[in-house]
Amino acid sequence: MARRRIKINPMALIGLTPMIATAVGVFVICIIYSIVLSFTNSRLLPNFEFIGFAQYERLWETPRWLISVRNIWLFGFFSIAFNMIFGYLLAVFMDQRIKQEDAFRTIFLYPFAMSLVVTGLVWQWIMDPNLGFQSAVRNMGFTDFRFSPLTNEATAIYGVIVAGIWNGVGVTMAILLAGLRGVDEEVWKAARVDGIPTWKTYLFITLPMMRGAFITAFVLQCVGVVRVYDLIIAMTQGGPGISTQMPAVFVIQHISGRSNVGLGMAAATMMLLPIIVLIAIQQYFAWRSRRRAAGIGAAVATLPQAQGVKAS
Amino acid sequence: MSGAAISTKPAAGAKVVVEPAGPKPRKLTITRIGVYAFLVISAIYFLLPLWVMLVTSFKTMPEIREGYLFNWPREFTFEPWIKAWATACTGRDCNGISPGFWNSVKITVPGVIVSITIAAINGYTLSYWKFRGSEIFFGILMFGAFVPYQVVIYPLIIFMREMGLFATLPGIIIVHTIFGMPILTLLFRNFFASLPEELFKAARIDGAGYWQIFFRIMLPMSVPIAIVAVILQVTGIWNDFLFGTVFAGRENMPMTVQLNNIVTTTTGTREYNVNMAATILAAAVPLAVYFISGKWFVRGIAAGAVKG
Amino acid sequence: MNRFVLVGAVSAAALLGSTAISNAASVEVMHWWTSGGEQAAVSVFAEEFEALESGHTWIDTAIAGGDASRSATLQRILGGDAPGAAQFNISRQFEELAEAGLLLDLTDLAEAEGWRDFIRPDAILDVCEFDGRIYCVPVNIHSWQWGWASVPAFEAAGLEVPTNLEDFVAAIPALQEAGIIPLAIGGEPWQHNGALGVTLMSVMGLEGHLRLYRDRDADYARSEEVARGLEIWREMTATIDDGAANRNWNDTTNLVITDQAALQIMGDWARGEFALAGLEAGVDYECLPGPSDDPYLDTGGDIFLFPKQNDPEVEAAQLEMASMMVNPRVQALFNNAKGSLPVRDDVDFSLADACMRKGLEILSNPDRVFQGAGFYMLEDDVQRLNDLWVEFSFNRDMSIEEAQERFANIIATAAE
Repeated sequence: MARRRIKINPMALIGLTPMIATAVGVFVICIIYSIVLSFTNSRLLPNFEFIGFAQYERLWETPRWLISVRNIWLFGFFSIAFNMIFGYLLAVFMDQRIKQEDAFRTIFLYPFAMSLVVTGLVWQWIMDPNLGFQSAVRNMGFTDFRFSPLTNEATAIYGVIVAGIWNGVGVTMAILLAGLRGVDEEVWKAARVDGIPTWKTYLFITLPMMRGAFITAFVLQCVGVVRVYDLIIAMTQGGPGISTQMPAVFVIQHISGRSNVGLGMAAATMMLLPIIVLIAIQQYFAWRSRRRAAGIGAAVATLPQAQGVKAS
Repeated sequence: MSGAAISTKPAAGAKVVVEPAGPKPRKLTITRIGVYAFLVISAIYFLLPLWVMLVTSFKTMPEIREGYLFNWPREFTFEPWIKAWATACTGRDCNGISPGFWNSVKITVPGVIVSITIAAINGYTLSYWKFRGSEIFFGILMFGAFVPYQVVIYPLIIFMREMGLFATLPGIIIVHTIFGMPILTLLFRNFFASLPEELFKAARIDGAGYWQIFFRIMLPMSVPIAIVAVILQVTGIWNDFLFGTVFAGRENMPMTVQLNNIVTTTTGTREYNVNMAATILAAAVPLAVYFISGKWFVRGIAAGAVKG
Repeated sequence: MNRFVLVGAVSAAALLGSTAISNAASVEVMHWWTSGGEQAAVSVFAEEFEALESGHTWIDTAIAGGDASRSATLQRILGGDAPGAAQFNISRQFEELAEAGLLLDLTDLAEAEGWRDFIRPDAILDVCEFDGRIYCVPVNIHSWQWGWASVPAFEAAGLEVPTNLEDFVAAIPALQEAGIIPLAIGGEPWQHNGALGVTLMSVMGLEGHLRLYRDRDADYARSEEVARGLEIWREMTATIDDGAANRNWNDTTNLVITDQAALQIMGDWARGEFALAGLEAGVDYECLPGPSDDPYLDTGGDIFLFPKQNDPEVEAAQLEMASMMVNPRVQALFNNAKGSLPVRDDVDFSLADACMRKGLEILSNPDRVFQGAGFYMLEDDVQRLNDLWVEFSFNRDMSIEEAQERFANIIATAAE
């Protein structure tokens, strides 16, 4: 690119110092430090008595961790799947020239402005069997109505999923709606000329064309899922029992209250793995599409619309 | 290293305002009714919790115990709001949630200013003053957008202790700056990259230096993206819980942490009306930002939802 | 007041006078005493501390839940922002802190005041000792082995208040019939752990307890007694009410206080809640030691440790606080509010109610006092046990045989 400067401007270096310090200090040194500690028997304070993979062996024998891992898959699968389906449905329905579009968008998105602590507390309250939704419905005369997911260890995780979707689906909708609006009008005209039903157009024509928007929404969801912490603390505190434990909660518990930093850092390192895999996959696709784009012709890349979308 | 997934975001978000692309609406048909029914039912699901919070916060405890969750309060009482704001207790401290509110202001205002200033400089430098290696650091930073906080939190505690910044106001502001940096830098970098380069070249020919160009030309032009960044950071920092519990310290305990403390502290029975009032109070600032900023907010989250 | 107490107090004053230029300091205290009874108790400490001549200030940091509070304390110690004093349970959790030199050494104060002479049983001061130095102050003795029964609830079901868990299990159908929650319990893991431990103890007795934890007899974990204990637990928890999830212990106690539930198995700190509600032991509610006809009590309790501060004035205030906490008058006031037993037996017991006297009587017989598993096993293994019991309690698909097998495995592999 033309903007590249060969000589380092000293001011530029000064300007970029905080970023370099953060990138190297936090996202390289701190991560390495955490990984190193996972091979030690550190309890509360860091020490460097190396014990090989013992913490990892123990980690994968710890029921609390195994449940956390199971939960993150369950939570991840259901919340991402529902998020995508519900989000796309909302986006498609919003795309029907709804007069009150702004009002609906406001309603679908406002939960995202709420913190996960607030989200967790509100839903915990709604799911309270004695005073919440269940009792309200029972008071209407449906005396056998049951809705108390949080009281049962088998269903508590689904209660958390409902709250998580409430908080985040608006974002997915906004991204996918933007993607839908980005689809060329010509596509619609062509579909109409061919007499393809609207629903089929949405499902088989526009959906594959919005891969970028879907990947964006998917990646956002994944990052949020791996980090889920506040929601659990506010909503279930990991309970009933340890049925809603999550990896992020596990790590925090072990670097403080449970005083087993070695084990906690082993867990943290395991949390890093899927992220690295995800980035690797995404890099691969980015690399492949760049190669394909290069084959089609460099002209596309110089279009003004490409501004800000360049992969680095 | 950022890749397509993140980089498309600002562009995608910006397109929200474009006209609907769907088929032209016909007259009122069954499909049309179905569409509205779906949207209205969805809207109810989204509005329900807000409704419940509001009505509960104005009810008296005996009325709450009857279990009519959705009903309008029979007897309107402001008592829970006053208690939540000023007198609810955690332990011997009975000051309600108001100290947390001011602490959150104390953290959020400088946190937003510092993090956005640094991100703007980053974006500007990465767009116009690239040097060998600058892209590598940016790549690492983008990787940081995906790192679970729990991976770095322990080393960061140790680091903050060594710097004497643990449990101080500067400490928590630095933490927010660090974790806000990846997404904000990306935001500004993409924005500056979209500006016509002639602008920069002309300034260079006129002999303007690094800081001059930044403050005189780039900063005034970046107001739109700065608004998005401010919205993003205000809601992000205000809603933070994890960093607040770990890094803020007792003196600066933010509102979310205090909310959780008040709600988990009970003497005998849970006062749900007070809890709900406190919850609304804690959510009020980001909600206000959301309702006031409207479409800007949509752009902000589309750009920055990575922050989680 | 005993003579040695007086001597101790005088010499402590002399010691403190020599180290401090009696300047007012602020000491932040972290604890998890947030229920009504607990707040009344911690207020005794706070008020007594602020009433000291030096004019110190007590800064209260209460965080609901022992786990959350201990976590926050440890995080802050790790970050170099340690509070002036922090509550812990009697356990081996803080050994590492003492080892790393992060805690204020209380040995001189303890020797000057003669803590060894009046704090009993010896075991509760032993946990404060590390390498021959003393690093914490025990403030009370708590036992987990209590049942709290609502007399009107049992009356409503036409039953006598049972005295052991076998009788209670037999009473469950009648209680359900009468629309009463048989066992009141909250969904927090520690409540399940604690109550399950009590249930096992009430069936096994002291002999079994020692075979398991002291002698590490893994076969005993597979025994009939343990199986019966787990069966009783399953029967009692089969009828848990819907509201249990997330309910903390004092809200749960409130169910018994308001006669909605029949029995809660909870440590003697629950007594403070009954007292605060103005209920009378033996009339409105009944406290059942054990709950067993052959009751044993453990001597757990709360301790305070004092993380080192760089400020000599604060250090002096910390020592004064430590001294205040074991003062006989403060001990009487504090423990009466808290529902716990004092760490010394020379305090005024005239305020003690029927339940407290029952407890004192049992504790005065050394054969009836035992040490919890945490006394014999390291924290790490105790946590493994806790995790097992929580899983057993919440996962009703886990068979009793499987639980016993895993129990035996933990006992067999626990570190010395």
